[in-house]
Amino acid sequence: MKWNKRKSIDRIMSFLTASCVVIAIIPLLSILYIVTINGISALNLDFLTQLPRPVGETGGGLGNAIQGTFIVVGIACLIGLPVGILAGIYISEYGENRFGRFVSFVADVLTGTPSIVAGIFGYTLIVLYFGSFSAIAGGVALSVLMIPVVTRTTEESLRLVPGSIKEASLALGIPKWKTTLYIVLSTARSGIITGALLSIARISGETAPLLFTSFGNMFWANGLDQPISTMPVQIYTYAITPFPDWHAKAWAGALVLIILILILNIGVRFVTKRKYGV
Amino acid sequence: MVREVYHKDLHRLKEEILNMGSLVSKAIGDSVMSLKNRDVEMAQKVIDMDKDIDALDHSIEENCMRLLALQQPMARDLRLIISALKMSIDLERMGDLALEIAVITKMTASVPPIKPLIDIPRMAEICQDMIKNTMIAFENKDAELARQVARRDDEIDMLFDQVRRELISYMIDDPKKLTGAQHLTFVARYLERIGDHITNLCESVVFMVTGERVELN
Amino acid sequence: MENKITVENLDAWFGAKQVLHEISLGIEKNGITAIIGPSGCGKSTFIRCINRMHEVVPGAKAIGKVLVDDRDIYDRDIDPVDIRRRIGMVFQKPNPFPTMSIRDNVVAGLKLGGIKEKKTLDTVAEDSLKKAALWDEVKNDLNKSGASLSGGQQQRLCIARALAVEPEVILFDEPCSALDPISTSKIEDLMLELKEKYTLVIVTHNMQQAARVSDRTAFFLYGKLIESGETNQIFKKPKEKSTEDYIIGRFG
Repeated sequence: MKWNKRKSIDRIMSFLTASCVVIAIIPLLSILYIVTINGISALNLDFLTQLPRPVGETGGGLGNAIQGTFIVVGIACLIGLPVGILAGIYISEYGENRFGRFVSFVADVLTGTPSIVAGIFGYTLIVLYFGSFSAIAGGVALSVLMIPVVTRTTEESLRLVPGSIKEASLALGIPKWKTTLYIVLSTARSGIITGALLSIARISGETAPLLFTSFGNMFWANGLDQPISTMPVQIYTYAITPFPDWHAKAWAGALVLIILILILNIGVRFVTKRKYGV
Repeated sequence: MVREVYHKDLHRLKEEILNMGSLVSKAIGDSVMSLKNRDVEMAQKVIDMDKDIDALDHSIEENCMRLLALQQPMARDLRLIISALKMSIDLERMGDLALEIAVITKMTASVPPIKPLIDIPRMAEICQDMIKNTMIAFENKDAELARQVARRDDEIDMLFDQVRRELISYMIDDPKKLTGAQHLTFVARYLERIGDHITNLCESVVFMVTGERVELN
Repeated sequence: MENKITVENLDAWFGAKQVLHEISLGIEKNGITAIIGPSGCGKSTFIRCINRMHEVVPGAKAIGKVLVDDRDIYDRDIDPVDIRRRIGMVFQKPNPFPTMSIRDNVVAGLKLGGIKEKKTLDTVAEDSLKKAALWDEVKNDLNKSGASLSGGQQQRLCIARALAVEPEVILFDEPCSALDPISTSKIEDLMLELKEKYTLVIVTHNMQQAARVSDRTAFFLYGKLIESGETNQIFKKPKEKSTEDYIIGRFG
């Protein structure tokens, strides 16, 4: 192929691919734009710290929903992170057998769980058993979504650690469990943390599973075994009402959620910019 | 085949040793024959041939150096190269000794011989036979043959003793024959030393085959 | 010189494939033993059986006796982890721990073995780096990443790391394959120094290196030990024709 022809084809393709990137970014940017425009007006200190006012009244805020989100996501992390990371460690370091491969396969399949199914699971397991909606139920439902992702990312990160590092450690007379814990894990640290942060970011915004597990609450959280307010559910609740004040609050809530997720993703960047690593 | 160039080089080295052996053998035979027949022309040819012998010596040394520097020879290849190097030194000395005999031919050809030459040509024959067999031992890697050849040096030593004594009695009998007898004594001495060098050749062959250093003198 | 290690009738498998057949060999104390042979002849497998690293690979098995100071390390009541501390290994590709500094790399074996006191660790780090002939080059950069060194330096770092746990034997698996000639020479010189205090075994496919460095050489072929003996004798006049053919490059 002649040089000139190649040059023009190269230019055309570069232009086409760049255009595709722009097209892909447009929805994202427009969402950010619209949410910011609509939400910024209602975003103030009151919004972040106050309880919602009764129907019809203006003022107040989504403080309890923010608190609730932290609590429910926190519970999900307490369950999901240890289980996911340990499962990932097992599959990668000790699972060169049928059982290990089976667990890996199941984790793969579960990453695609529809979030509503996770919600039904939480409902059946916790809500029906204990008889009420609760923060715990919400946390459990979210952890169902979290565990497969954390397991897979942990497993992948650990697999990326070169075998020669493990060999070097074993050859020094360091037992396998210490090798896994101190050498392999620390080498794969950034990958594992990235996976964890990304999964937290994801579940922070999940609405469907929380609809019938944590349900919702107009007041501050008063017990983990009680229904609790969360951002996504509250936004949904406000959005379907006819009140403009609540609409504004919903936009503001969406903005807060987006900012939260943005912070988490930036955190990922910092983690991967580490001193030395794989 | 693996390392073909290297093998060709080794083969060429062996050929050069065999060539040098046959050249030196011819030089010895011709030098003594020229003495016996008082043939100055033949003696001159022997003297000229020494250049070829020296050239072969240089070539062998060059090739050995190159093989050592470039090919990292080990085990039997290394022993072959070391032996070839040593053998070329001994062969070159033998060539020089044949040249000395030819020089004596040229010096004494104008004078009638003091006695018929019998033992000296016999010594030369034995030397030629020994060289031939040493070369065969070298080519066939036959250490036993090399040892056998080395033992024949005793024959040469005995003949040398005989010749020397005979010539001394000639010198005592007739003082006019002194110079002639001296020259012949030198020739016999040279042949005796050629015999010793051939023994060295045999030692090198034994080393090449077995890796052992032996004293066969 | 007595044997530090005596191997008796060692067989080894990867799954169903047998890769070592009845190997019996003595490794001389305070000497360098070279293991040579063509690719796939089992030399790496052999030394990995000595420090019980072979069995780490799933499906790998080794049966036989490996006596270190007259105790069989394959005995049921011997802890393989302890063996690996006493018998260290340096690998073909330098593998310093990427998340650790130079100093931490050197003392990793000690730290994870329970020794925490900073002063002790610093002393050991300096000693080991000196023994590995790396101290002068890194003494001002001990906190830099282990991966920031050149290939030859990384390999010497790995040697220092292996020395820090005070082994009795050090196994080298083609330690210079990935290095340039000058680094190779430095490591060979280092090995000659180390042999005064340690017993060394080196696997190499570089004949000249084996000849330069070792006191004894063993030739492996298709998982069998063909010949072993003094290096001088093996390279001057080996007893087996296949040994000689391999040494002078007549294989194939």
